Amino acid sequence: MKFGILVNEGPYQHQASDSAYQFTKAALEKGHEIFRVFFYHDGVYNASRLLVPPQDDRHIANRWSALAKEYKLDLVVCIAAAQRRGMLDENEAKRQGKDAHNIVDGFHISGLGQLIEAGIQSERLVVFGD
Amino acid sequence: MEDEVIKKFLYINRKAPYGTVYALESLEVVLIGAAFDQDVSLAFIDDGVYQLKKNQKTSVDSGIGMKDFSKTYRALEGYDVEKLYVDKKSMEERGLSVDDLLVDVEVLDEAQMTEMMEQQDVVLSF
Repeated sequence: MKFGILVNEGPYQHQASDSAYQFTKAALEKGHEIFRVFFYHDGVYNASRLLVPPQDDRHIANRWSALAKEYKLDLVVCIAAAQRRGMLDENEAKRQGKDAHNIVDGFHISGLGQLIEAGIQSERLVVFGD
Repeated sequence: MEDEVIKKFLYINRKAPYGTVYALESLEVVLIGAAFDQDVSLAFIDDGVYQLKKNQKTSVDSGIGMKDFSKTYRALEGYDVEKLYVDKKSMEERGLSVDDLLVDVEVLDEAQMTEMMEQQDVVLSF
């Protein structure tokens, strides 16, 4: 089965963020295809390079990052949602004249069209949210 | 875009317009999605029906200092987004009628809403 995944909630705040990861990992391990994982609303914070959780806790951003590396996952952060929340990659930081960027490796920033495309191309779009 | 697939997209709006950002960001998806020529419907359920309430006053002078995005719902027709459904019970529980809403909608009871949802390919709930 080809899945699209939408993550609508932020890390550590809401179960949606963990469930989306667990689902995606399990699907990949079972041999399913993940067309794309799209991060929207506060979900964009899952891509923060600056998360510093306690050492005995999971590292949500790095966990996605590692999964992306292992399976060549397409992790897309919505640009509109990211900008208003202060999540910028290197290019955006430059373009907006900001002095820092904070997107972790494995994620990239793109538009909402990528979410619609995931809906069209996937057999199921699974939404993780409130 | 890439091929000729046309799917039925349903956006379910369940939250009041300004308490959280879901309503505004849902509308942003709808507007971008309109460019993909899919078969789009919107449903307004629970506090989501407040998104369509007429006379929203949110400016700094007269309200809560937020952008009033309710006018955008009236522009949806121009994007060929014309299927707007409101849950009857949610509307009535909040003391509203279709006269209080700023766009033309089709009011559905629970069974009709269920049937409409079952026909969809992609359901996005905000």
